[in-house]
Formats: sequence, C-alpha cells, structure tokens
Amino acid sequence: MILKHPLAKPVFFLLCLSPFLWILANAFFGDLGANPVETVTHQTGDWALRLLLLTLLLTPLKNWTGNAQFIRFRRMVGLFVYFYACMHFLIWFLADHGLDPYSMFDDVLERPYITLGFIAFVLLTPLAITSNNRMIRKLGKKWKTLHKLVYLILILAVAHYLWLVKADLLEPMLYALVAAVLLLQRVNLKLLLARFQLA
Amino acid sequence: MKAGAVVGASVFLNGLSARANASVEINKTKKTDYRVDEELTSFEDATRYNNFYEFGTGKSDPARNAQNFNTDDWRIEISGECNKTGQVGLEELIHGFDVEERIYRLRCVEAWSMVIPWLGVPLADILKKFEPNSRAKYVAFTTLLDENRMPGQKRPVLDWPYVEGLRMDEAMHPLTLMAVGMYGKTMPNQNGAPVRLVVPWKYGFKNIKSIVKIEFTEKQPPTTWNIANPREYGFYSNVNPEVSHPRWSQARERRIGDFFKRKTLMFNGYADEVASLYAGMDLKKNF
Repeated sequence: MILKHPLAKPVFFLLCLSPFLWILANAFFGDLGANPVETVTHQTGDWALRLLLLTLLLTPLKNWTGNAQFIRFRRMVGLFVYFYACMHFLIWFLADHGLDPYSMFDDVLERPYITLGFIAFVLLTPLAITSNNRMIRKLGKKWKTLHKLVYLILILAVAHYLWLVKADLLEPMLYALVAAVLLLQRVNLKLLLARFQLA
Repeated sequence: MKAGAVVGASVFLNGLSARANASVEINKTKKTDYRVDEELTSFEDATRYNNFYEFGTGKSDPARNAQNFNTDDWRIEISGECNKTGQVGLEELIHGFDVEERIYRLRCVEAWSMVIPWLGVPLADILKKFEPNSRAKYVAFTTLLDENRMPGQKRPVLDWPYVEGLRMDEAMHPLTLMAVGMYGKTMPNQNGAPVRLVVPWKYGFKNIKSIVKIEFTEKQPPTTWNIANPREYGFYSNVNPEVSHPRWSQARERRIGDFFKRKTLMFNGYADEVASLYAGMDLKKNF
C-alpha cells in the first residue's frame, strides 16, 4: 500500500511545500506579475483554504475506503494550513500595514471580511500548538472538542473569501460547495449514528 | 499641473489605422502640460494587469483573451439631446481632432494605482461638434455588446453591455479624455481598444472601454457597477480617501511597482481642477 511506504510522508511533505517553493521561485525570477503583493496574498490564501479542505477530506476518505492510513497525514496537512495562513497574514500585515498593529486592528475591526479571516487565523493557532503528541495526551478528551474548531474555521475562511470578491463569485462558490459537502456528509453520518443508538 | 497650454506641436499620426490590434507608434499632434511628475507605470505592467471583465475577470485574462479582438471599422454612434446626431469613426476621431498626450494617475476602486501616458482627445471637443441642447444634462456611454468578440460577456458577471455616465460638466471638463492610445501607441486591446474614456479624478471603472455609443440624456443614466451593487458603487465614484468602500478602506493605495501602500489623494490629486464641480455636495451621500 502506497500510503504505508516509508517515503510516503516525506513525499507528501514536499507536495504540500511545493506551492511555497513555487512562490519563492517566481519571486526570485520576478514572475509574480504586476502586483506581487496581491499575487502572494491570494496564492497563500488559496493554499491555506485548499489544504484545509484536504484535512477534512481525509476522514471521509478513511470511511469510504476503510483505509485508516489516510489519518496519518492529517496533522501534517493541518500544520501546512497554518503555515500558509501565517504567510497570508504576514504579507498583509507587512505590506498593507507596515507591521503597525494599530493600523492592522483598525482594518480588522472595520472590514467584515478581514474580521472573519483574522478570527479564522487566530483560531487556527491553538490547533497548531496542540497538534503534538504530548498535547494530545495531556488534553485527552478535551483535544477532540478543541479541534472541532476546524469546522468553524472552515466556515469563516470560506465566508472571508466570498465577502471580498467584487462580482465574480464563481471561484469562492466552488470552495463553498466543497466545504458544504464535507460538512454535510458529517452531519448526516452523525444523524445516522444517532438513529442507530435510538433503535 | 495647469490647464492645457500647448507646449509643442508635431504633426503626424503615423499609420494609426482603425486597426488597434497592431501597436503602431503614434506621433502626437499636440503636447500639453497635463502631466504628473511621477514615475510612469511600465508598459508591461499596464498591459498585463487589467480589469476588463468583457475578456475575463482575472487580472491577466484581458491580455490573453483580447489578443484577437477585432476593432476594424470602429464607429461611435452619437444620439440623444443634441442638434446633430450621427456617427464618428475612429479615423475621423483621430484625424479630425488634436490628439494630445496626457500623463494621469489612474486609481482603481480596488486600491491600486498606476501612472499612464494616454493619447487622446478632450471629450468636450468631440461632444461640442454634436451641439448638445439645453436638455442635455448627462452623457451616457455604452461598450460594445458582442459575446463572440468579447467572450467574457458569455457569463452574466455584470449586466452587459457595460454602461457608464457623466454629468455634463464632468464630461465637458478639460481633464476628461477620450483616449485612443497610450505610451505613444494605439490603444492595446486589453486596455479598451480602440477608444475609451479617461476621467482621472474618478475610480477606474468609470473609464468605460471599447465605446460604441454616446448619448446625451436629460436624466442621470444607469451605470454598470451601480446596477451590480448600488450600496458600494455610486454614480459619481470620485476618488475620495475619506469615504470607504463598504468592504475596504480607500485611504491608501498600492502604486503598481511599489511594495508598501501610499496615501490616496482627494480627487486622485486633481482637487484643484475639479473640486469646484462638487461644491456644496455631500460627498458621503453622493459617493
């Protein structure tokens, strides 16, 4: 099974890192277009959201295929979500606000789409911090509850994207659709389980 | 920057045909001191970073999708409240009027900006020939509607065709330009070939592209972005750092080529010339 191969994790790590390497290479060769700040902001945001959807796809993949190996990759993908979200946040904090926290918080408070994105980013932080084995053991049952925040983060992230678009909603709607499917199939599963318990 | 004094005069508009597809060098007929002393945006950036939804909603879509846009035999129909209705062809526009170079700031509503050397004719010079009557209070503009030539129109992202409008005094203002080129060449397709409006104190979307119709009207004409979202885009859409877009601040802008943002200027830096047009108006209400 390919997922069990000793190289599976390193290869997957490189795959997750490749968008970042791509951005770096483009920056090095001056290929980020006429508005490089915007390009990097959009690309890091896109990848944070795509990988966030991927983390939530792994459990259904396990359920459908019966292969538990998928779950081994979840932490890594989750940490990459945080990595791209950090870059997304930092480039905005640096280029749009010159690292001035007052200017940044003004923006966070005034612009609803930034408010949502910022909350999503803040909420990702405890998830990243508690992702190591020691914290998982230490938190026990609370860990699972805490990490359910990911559903809220996903909704916030999709709303953040939908809210900033001027007229062409096609792309953010595609993300919203995938997010909705991933969330709804979990709701249905729970309902089924509840019925089982009643019966 | 002062009103258009003639600084120099050269004579030819070399080989500027109605075919804007080929970028031909233009010798302008007239020079003015309508110019800002700021570094020009590179031609490359000005032609690869465009909002022109008729050719796609991505910034790089127009450069790709407008490559084969055919602008042969382009005519603008002029109608409405005027004594002489009729048509004006692109050739006529270029040869019948004095084409000037104007270096203007361009401020997009998305908070980025450029500095562009346009080639064009003051809109007032064109409009006067058609003798607008006393009922002409506004000027309405329409972009070409042809989804085969403008593939972006196949998707209902906006209410096609794109329409824009100006108050008569705005249209007649000496800064308002009908641009037929930029950087010494005919207008690149992705920038609104073959003829577009340039109103430098307003947000970029007021600068309607690929114009086929101009109409003098008594009532304020509808405008595309206002139809799409009336809460966010007003009829006037003057650049104003103090009036935020509901979803983002307009206080600062990123000049293409810069890393950090700079302060946005009132009326995009043209307050001396145009502030009097809006004397006594509440610019928060008339955004």
